[in-house]
Amino acid sequence: MNPFSSGTRLRDMIRAIRACKTAAEERAVVRKECAAIRSAISENDQDYRHRNIAKLMFIHMLGYPTHFGQMECLKLIAASGFPEKRVGYLGLMLLLDERQEVLMLVTNSLKQDLNHSNQYIVGLALCALGNICSAEMARDLAPEVERLLLTRDPNIKKKAALCSIRIIRKVPDLAENFLSPAASLLKEKHHGVLIAGVQLCTDLCKVSVEASNYLRKNCTEGLVRILRDVSNSPYAPEYDIAGITDPFLHIRLLRLMRMLGQGDSDTSEYINDILAQVASKTESNKNAGNAILYECVETIMGIQATSGLRVLAINILGRFLSNRDNNIRYVALNMLMKAVAVDSQAVQRHRTTILECVKDSDASIRKRALELVFLLVNDTNAKPLTKELIDYLEVSDQDFKGDLTAKICLIVEKFSQEKKWYIDQMLKVLSLGGNFVKDDVWHALIVAISNAPDLQGYSVRSLYRAFRTSSEQVSLVRVTVWCLGEYGEMLVNNVGMLEVEEPMTVTESDAVDVLEACLTRYSSDIATRSMSLIALLKLSSRFPPTSERIKQIITMHKGSVALELQQRAIEFNSIIQRHQNIKSSLVERMPVLDEPAYIGKRASSSQANIVADKSSQPSSTATTLKFPNGVTKPPAAPLVDLLDLGSDDSSVPTSTSNDFLHDFLGIGLTNSPSSGIAPSGGTDILMDLLSIGTPVPNDTAPKVVPNQGFAPTTKPTPTTIQVMDLLDGLPSNGSLPGSQTPVYPSITAFESSTLKIMFSFTKQPERPHVSKIHATFVNMSSDAYTDFVFQAAVPKFVQLHLDPASSNQLPASGNGTITQTLTVTNSQHGQKALAMRVRMPQDTEPSSLAIKNQRQVPVPVGLFTPSIWIRCVTNLFALPG
Amino acid sequence: MIRFILLQNRQGKTRLAKYYIPLEDSEKHKVEYEVHRLVVNRDPKYTNFVEFRTHKVIYRRYAGLFFSMCVDITDNELAYLECIHLFVEILDHFFSNVCELDLVFNFHKVYLILDEFILAGEIQETSKRAIIERMGELEKQE
Repeated sequence: MNPFSSGTRLRDMIRAIRACKTAAEERAVVRKECAAIRSAISENDQDYRHRNIAKLMFIHMLGYPTHFGQMECLKLIAASGFPEKRVGYLGLMLLLDERQEVLMLVTNSLKQDLNHSNQYIVGLALCALGNICSAEMARDLAPEVERLLLTRDPNIKKKAALCSIRIIRKVPDLAENFLSPAASLLKEKHHGVLIAGVQLCTDLCKVSVEASNYLRKNCTEGLVRILRDVSNSPYAPEYDIAGITDPFLHIRLLRLMRMLGQGDSDTSEYINDILAQVASKTESNKNAGNAILYECVETIMGIQATSGLRVLAINILGRFLSNRDNNIRYVALNMLMKAVAVDSQAVQRHRTTILECVKDSDASIRKRALELVFLLVNDTNAKPLTKELIDYLEVSDQDFKGDLTAKICLIVEKFSQEKKWYIDQMLKVLSLGGNFVKDDVWHALIVAISNAPDLQGYSVRSLYRAFRTSSEQVSLVRVTVWCLGEYGEMLVNNVGMLEVEEPMTVTESDAVDVLEACLTRYSSDIATRSMSLIALLKLSSRFPPTSERIKQIITMHKGSVALELQQRAIEFNSIIQRHQNIKSSLVERMPVLDEPAYIGKRASSSQANIVADKSSQPSSTATTLKFPNGVTKPPAAPLVDLLDLGSDDSSVPTSTSNDFLHDFLGIGLTNSPSSGIAPSGGTDILMDLLSIGTPVPNDTAPKVVPNQGFAPTTKPTPTTIQVMDLLDGLPSNGSLPGSQTPVYPSITAFESSTLKIMFSFTKQPERPHVSKIHATFVNMSSDAYTDFVFQAAVPKFVQLHLDPASSNQLPASGNGTITQTLTVTNSQHGQKALAMRVRMPQDTEPSSLAIKNQRQVPVPVGLFTPSIWIRCVTNLFALPG
Repeated sequence: MIRFILLQNRQGKTRLAKYYIPLEDSEKHKVEYEVHRLVVNRDPKYTNFVEFRTHKVIYRRYAGLFFSMCVDITDNELAYLECIHLFVEILDHFFSNVCELDLVFNFHKVYLILDEFILAGEIQETSKRAIIERMGELEKQE
């Protein structure tokens, strides 16, 4: 009895289930049916078995567990009639999979069915085998399938072929057995058998190399012939799809040819013609045609094609790109990415179309197009491409902006040839998408600006303009704040105007307005506000009239809840209020950040914080320090030393380079006499600051007055960091322990109304590169100094060692002295002269003198210029508010 | 190679599920749920291809049913789009203007048709006429 022809019970059950309104109702119905089925199974009911299994399959499709029916399937398969077997195999394929052991029990039934006289039953068995057989079953039943490959019935043949595919996937060792039957399948006429045979050959190639060689040798010609026939065939209604005869066969053939032609030039050459024919002949207005063309292009790219063929392929892809169908465009973009590696020139021709795809509405097309554009950028097209991308950035979706900005920044950094263009593009990107830009991108921008002095005025003015329109972009705000602080006076005074700029009047208070807005705005985060605070401090020095207003602004933040802001506000307030003398030197122009070093560091490390980078300037003190302000001081001025800062009545010192603010602040107090820190080249701090060691008894040397910085009274807390730039060119005389050492005259290294320093020199003949300097410090002022610390710095090729000083108390008015011994080692003795450097804040140019180390040549005294500066900075952090 | 074929309606009910790779029942349900979620929310003007785990799903919507095929990542998407369309045409021809209800009540026949069209994850027959004829013969056997 056919359960489906009467259709009552199965149909009724389906109807009943569909009529249920709630899930609970459905569960109840299903439960009832399952119970009925289970009892029928236990009673071993023969008549309704196939109906029950059909019901069970439906229940399984709804998602309920149906394991109890598995054995029933097996029993059905073992039955003799076709209908039972049919339901049994169907149930088998639906309810079981290859990982279950129950499947093994079917092997015997399968074997019998494969040998059945009824070809429909053989078909059933092959179908089941092909869909779910396991590896053991495959091994057991492979001989049967091989035999069936050779029957005459095309239905069995094609099923057997596909079944073989599964067998060799499961058991690759058996591949050889199927080789010659597979090759002979290709001689068939029936399309179903052909396509199955082609697929079998493709899988054989994937699985075994010998198979692929065999097929290459024997079947290439046949394949080309089949493709030619089917391509040229007249209208065949049975296989026609959109005017093309059997596109599936086309595609499978092309794929097999790709596998055979890969890496083999002979085969590639042989199939060149047919590929060209298919590529040019196939119509592309319907999806079927496009599918064939797509496979054709893939094949051309995969084999060793002639360049003409490749150009043809890329042109096809170009045509795809302008197709209105999204699918086609997507597929073309995918292929083009692979093609760029092969032939980048040809792909460049389609750049405009690809650029259009970046603006597509489909997100996956946009993403692929953007990646492809990025691969295509080179020096010549970088500028127009960037312009296009930035124009699109304005209108793109929020979720796409992140990707887009990242790519644009990469392109701009890699391909910018002039700084001005780089700055312009980065400004635009920051204005449009600053919120998506990563930190190291805008850090790099700042490094670039600091390295381009002629563009600094232009940059700060452009930033000011940009800030007016796009102040919600965080990175833009930060860069603006930094530049305003650094180059504020360029903005107000219109320094360094380029021809393309329009004149703009910005007053000092406008600049302060901007910073105030950044500080007080609700949306600014802590980092931006901190940067604003320090920029305000800088401006208070650069624009003295605004100092009072700035002080008020900063004072408002003294009670801020954020610790960082509070601390900064308090400290900066203190500087403005009480330490105007050194304020300008503190907030001097930043040193030029070393761009190549930064780029290298950034390439190697993940995040290069600009603040940290400032201190990584190379420590070669032989280089001239840059002073963009161009303030110079006459050489006599150095004698007006920092000691004046000790008195409160000093005028506001002219701004000079204050590069090492952070270094000094970071170095802090070196109070205790300790062995000197030997300066080695390449240390992070710009100057090697050495502390004084133990005292060395000496004769009556003039006293030295240390610099207290703020108050002339003796205060223990603020210790001074003095950097002596000693340029010693004279051999010393006297004060030498008696030896055959040559005599060098001693020099007054430094002299002023408050401090005098004398140097005397010794050298040992057997170690000419080592010089000993005996320094004596005399306090010429009327105030005693309690924490006198002497520090010096030398160039990279020189090593300096400080012995402990005699004491750190220097009585006033020359009533006592401090002596200290320095040992200088010149690693390039004979090639370079010794130099030591000391600088004072008032001075601009450190004059350096080289100590000529040639004993024979006495250096005239006059060469030694008394240009020594002592630099003092007290530790601000120690000061209360 | 086709890994699985799913027919689902807008609500997520699976009308046909054929797997050519081994999966547990729970995994199958998970897969069906995920594919449905992927496919049902996509705008019609997007492409018909979605990436799914390490493969891709090629889908097309016919009235209230989504026909989805999961294939290997290296396969030709446009070809499988044609494949789906051919399958729908066969069903249409067999059931004479097929609708979802036909597929529900005659699910066993749908499986039969599918087994004549695709075997072991590869295309078996490309002629609509041949498949319909074969179905006729099989029906006679019953």
